[in-house]
Amino acid sequence: MPAIELEHVGKDFVVRRAAGRFRRRTDVVHAVSDLSFSVEPGSLVGYIGPNGAGKSTTVKMLTGILVPSRGRISVAGLVPTRQRTKLAGRIGVMFGQRVQLWWDLPLIESFELLRHIYRIPSQIYERNLSAFRQLLDLDKFLWTPVRQLSLGQRIRGELTAAMLHDPEILFLDEPTIGLDVVARQRVRELLLSANRERGMTVLLTSHDLTDIERLCSRILIIDRGRLIFDGDVDTLKARYGKERVLVVDLEEPGPALQLDGARVIRVEGPRQWIAFDGERLSAAQLTAAAAAQAPLRDLTVQEPEIEDVVRRIYQERL
Amino acid sequence: MLASLRTDLEIARRGYLRYAAYPAATAAGAFTNIIFGLMRGSVLLALFAERERIGAYDAAATIAYVWLTQGLLNVVALWGWQELALRVRTGDIATDLIRPIHPMRTALATDYGRAAYQLIFRGIPPVAVGVLAFHAVLPADPLVWLAFVASLGLAVAVSFGFRLLYNLAAFWTTDTRGTMILALVVMSVFSGFVIPIQFFPPWLAAIANATPFPAMVQTPVDIFVGVTRGPAILVALAGQLGWAAGMLLKSYWVFALGTRRLVVQGG
Ligand SMILES: Nc1ncnc2c1ncn2[C@@H]1O[C@H](COP(=O)(O)OP(=O)(O)OP(=O)(O)O)[C@@H](O)[C@H]1O
Ligand SMILES: [Mg+2]
Repeated sequence: MPAIELEHVGKDFVVRRAAGRFRRRTDVVHAVSDLSFSVEPGSLVGYIGPNGAGKSTTVKMLTGILVPSRGRISVAGLVPTRQRTKLAGRIGVMFGQRVQLWWDLPLIESFELLRHIYRIPSQIYERNLSAFRQLLDLDKFLWTPVRQLSLGQRIRGELTAAMLHDPEILFLDEPTIGLDVVARQRVRELLLSANRERGMTVLLTSHDLTDIERLCSRILIIDRGRLIFDGDVDTLKARYGKERVLVVDLEEPGPALQLDGARVIRVEGPRQWIAFDGERLSAAQLTAAAAAQAPLRDLTVQEPEIEDVVRRIYQERL
Repeated sequence: MLASLRTDLEIARRGYLRYAAYPAATAAGAFTNIIFGLMRGSVLLALFAERERIGAYDAAATIAYVWLTQGLLNVVALWGWQELALRVRTGDIATDLIRPIHPMRTALATDYGRAAYQLIFRGIPPVAVGVLAFHAVLPADPLVWLAFVASLGLAVAVSFGFRLLYNLAAFWTTDTRGTMILALVVMSVFSGFVIPIQFFPPWLAAIANATPFPAMVQTPVDIFVGVTRGPAILVALAGQLGWAAGMLLKSYWVFALGTRRLVVQGG
């Protein structure tokens, strides 16, 4: 049985806005149009897409806090909106931009309270809490009221709160927002080990594609409420990032080289950037062709970065 | 069952601690309660210049009434509470919905924690001033104290149920302030907070007594000042229990309706 399953799921929002002085117009926003996918237990899935694509809306439907307008959803074998409370004990949820901790209380009080709300057995609670304290470096602010925490400190607390009860499935909506490089790396390690050692299924959204590349064995990209890509990082790069770039340093500055099957995208003094399709031409062939036109001093080949690939997808709406 | 009760107590403890985080606000509030107690006391006592009693209230009972209602004002949150409405409006309600416990239960337990804090730090100071400076009389019978505490517990539940209802309006409209202000006016008059319901003309008293509002203030106060006594106390408590159950069921139902059409705001 898949951990998460969606069949033709959609969510519309009805919004009323002023049209003229007295008239009001009703518009329907299709936040999610028609979404179908399933996630096997134990996978670590990255759920990405441009702003307003419908990611958060999907997570809200999967966790049972938004009723879908159409379609069928099953999470851990349950129907989220109908069995929300039952499902809640088995999943962990974190919305990076929302405060889920108790605002006026010291961080540790939130953890203690969650321990009772989720009925976490003592050993598990102690084990998890000490692991998180160490890994996420919580000790310095464990007794500080949440309202006094910095964004990154709070996020570390939120993440702990979402995972203390050993959820089967973890939904993270921008879990690394506001984290510094060290904390970001720690969070990645934490998620990887929870996934590998405890088989936790993780679905995470992030605008930091390095997170996605390092963590996720599978990437889902949505745009305007529709799934436009489903596969791993290599497939993504192969499909959308065929362009590699050869950077050559000529002996002396000259005009842009004229090469078959490649084009110069930038010239800076003696240095030229030549984009080429990696499937039709090899770097060696291109280097030889370039060297035939002008003597070369140095060269490097740039592979497509996930950032560039995804930027192209978002911009060109492939 | 026991674990479940433990959870409620733990939640209530956090409700208490949240208010304990703002001691200066509490002190200022208690001071204000006392000042208003002085004003209300002199106005209401003037009514007894020409007569001995109004309904079952004499001057002594009225003095106790004034200082006790000043103390209970915050315990039953008579002047408004819009935490839940704000949570719906900001979308923070999402946080409550992802917990394996009904959000209303969390809210009720939290509210008892809040009420306990308010009882100690906003309730005792005005009553102490009443006793020390105005010779307000406290009940002598421990059974009356017991009945009063039970009645107060039920009063908080009735008030909570009602507050939840006007907060849940947030599921349908983003402007809940209007609803709340109307609710507060009705609540403070018909609960018997402004003047005892026994001071009302009979027709108005009849209307008030057909609403849940007296169960929030008048009922526990009448027990405390000795206007309700003997077996009548049991009848009063049973009535409160009925209102508490009714209000909680109704808000539970409205909550279920609301979550079904819930639109969680904000990314
Ligand atoms: N409560 C709401 N009422 C009306 N429209 C909404 C509501 N919530 C979301 N939307 C719309 O639905 C679309 C999807 O929003 P959603 O929050 O799911 O995007 P997202 O993919 O999470 O974006 P981001 O990367 O910016 O977080 C957007 O166009 C948004 O304006
Ligand atoms: Mg979002």
